[in-house]
Amino acid sequence: MAILQAINPTLTAGWHRPDARDLTRDTGWRLKDYEARDGYQALRRLFGDKLTQDQVIAEVKASALRGRGGAGFPTGLKWSFMPKNCSGDKYIVCNTDEGEPGTFKDRDLIRLDPHAVIEGMIIAGFAMGATRGYNYIHGEVFELYQRFEEAIEEARAAGYLGKNILGSGFDFDLFAHQGWGAYICGEETALLESIEGKKGQPRYKPPFPANVGLYGRPTTINNTESLASIPYILRRGGQAFLDLGKPNNGGTKLFSVSGHVNKPGNYEVPMGTPFAKLLEMCGGMRGGRKLKAVIPGGSSAPVLPGDVMMECTLDYDSIAQAGSMLGSGAVIVMDETVCMVKALERLSWFYYEESCGQCTPCREGTGWLYKVIHRIEHGRGRPEDLELLDDVAKKIMGRTICALGDAAALPVISFVKHFRSEFEYHVEHKKCLVPLDVQKAGSTFHTRLMAGATC
Amino acid sequence: MLSEATLQSIDREVAKYPADQSQSAVMAALRLAQAERGWLADETIAFVAKYLGMPEMAAYEVASFYNMYDRAPVGKHKITVCTNLPCALSGGVHAADYLKQKLGIDFNETTPDGRFTLKEGECMGACGDAPVMLVNSVHMRCFMTPEEIDRLLEECK
Repeated sequence: MAILQAINPTLTAGWHRPDARDLTRDTGWRLKDYEARDGYQALRRLFGDKLTQDQVIAEVKASALRGRGGAGFPTGLKWSFMPKNCSGDKYIVCNTDEGEPGTFKDRDLIRLDPHAVIEGMIIAGFAMGATRGYNYIHGEVFELYQRFEEAIEEARAAGYLGKNILGSGFDFDLFAHQGWGAYICGEETALLESIEGKKGQPRYKPPFPANVGLYGRPTTINNTESLASIPYILRRGGQAFLDLGKPNNGGTKLFSVSGHVNKPGNYEVPMGTPFAKLLEMCGGMRGGRKLKAVIPGGSSAPVLPGDVMMECTLDYDSIAQAGSMLGSGAVIVMDETVCMVKALERLSWFYYEESCGQCTPCREGTGWLYKVIHRIEHGRGRPEDLELLDDVAKKIMGRTICALGDAAALPVISFVKHFRSEFEYHVEHKKCLVPLDVQKAGSTFHTRLMAGATC
Repeated sequence: MLSEATLQSIDREVAKYPADQSQSAVMAALRLAQAERGWLADETIAFVAKYLGMPEMAAYEVASFYNMYDRAPVGKHKITVCTNLPCALSGGVHAADYLKQKLGIDFNETTPDGRFTLKEGECMGACGDAPVMLVNSVHMRCFMTPEEIDRLLEECK
């Protein structure tokens, strides 16, 4: 944890969950606790110093904060796309529809520090002249949706939300919207459809949400962690945030580590931290087994062989160079007990199940991918199947309205590329290269319960 | 069809959105209706649509798109287990198998006494706490070892 002590964590500073199983024992998430750790000081500074919208956006640009939802798009630049001189409603939407397998950071953010997200949204609202904000919260964490609503009530009662916030003349209100089980709603335009009370099917872009968003009005959608990073940037300055990370990759970031490590959990480290260091912080590999593969940025990111990953640092550029994506910072660690065909079969089922069905290549293609991988896994694979998988995957890519098509294709292409011999073994021998009892030993129930560090 | 308390909760949801956008509350309204009625019959969906002033089909589209709405009766306790890859690496599938064996049912089945329904879920965004399951769509249970599963089943009596 040396890095953590050295960098004075920003996102997780107030986190306190004495019992991971029991939400009611969490402390530190209430307004008074947040205020005690300089909460809402950024907002007060903004009004006190009479910062302009442009000054706030410039500060965010200087921070090199890049969107934490997966795409890594510069947040300040995104904010500057919102039209300035238009009358009527404008919206700021927070995307807490966290359903990318492997990702569980936003859940802890709204669980343990909801006011940081609220303050970030108010500042974003000010910077873009928004009148209202919505936080779209993943349906499966319904108890945290309720908590977020409670936090909103606290903020409203304290004068941080509503009319004339802190006497500044700025009006802004904020509400929570619940999802109810649809991965696709993490896609920003599907999310907007969902807030409008429709099925969550992505929209064509252009027009982009900055021009035609929620209810047809200018809208900016940011990830929860991006918004939770904003108060620090306004309190300490964009440069201070940038200095926490590395050039072009400002700040610290939450990495959700799951799978075969001794202490799965969220870890806040500076951008650019070596993966080997993160693995060490997670207590190393479970059972001392050998690292086989890592999916570094959520299930949609291409898988990397363990030895390649061990050479990477955790930032957008290093992981991209290695052939994958930092994505949401969801690091799925797999050891030598994993059958890569079985692992891919499960992921492919997920994309098939969650395809919204709007685009034919995705609707039909995800079914094909699953079907072919399923038959390989179950000893009915054909020699031509590997080429077929590659062909189907590449026919989906780039031919769909949203990125779910690519997200379904990339794991397939990368699993087959890096672990081809395992797929070939399956086809030839009609069984797993990794014996079943070995597989079972690897994915057994946790033996070190509650060891998970949440910083 | 729905109780006064549920209607009041729906009204609170409607108030979150601009005055001409009551349809935005349909997801919450269907969730509330499901909580009261146990599941969403077609007539319940139609009632919600009418209450919000939207076409029945539009509400049905929502009810059939999002997978936590139950459009068929379920047991008193619906347990949804995440078996996606990150959870599976930490025992998610074993947890599901253990539940299947304890309850004597497979996924998408209900025990003969109507107490339990078992569902397979997709990522719940809690992979670090695997195995993870949801009880009646709203209560998340984490680190579900056999002992914890036994405790849960005991609580659900």
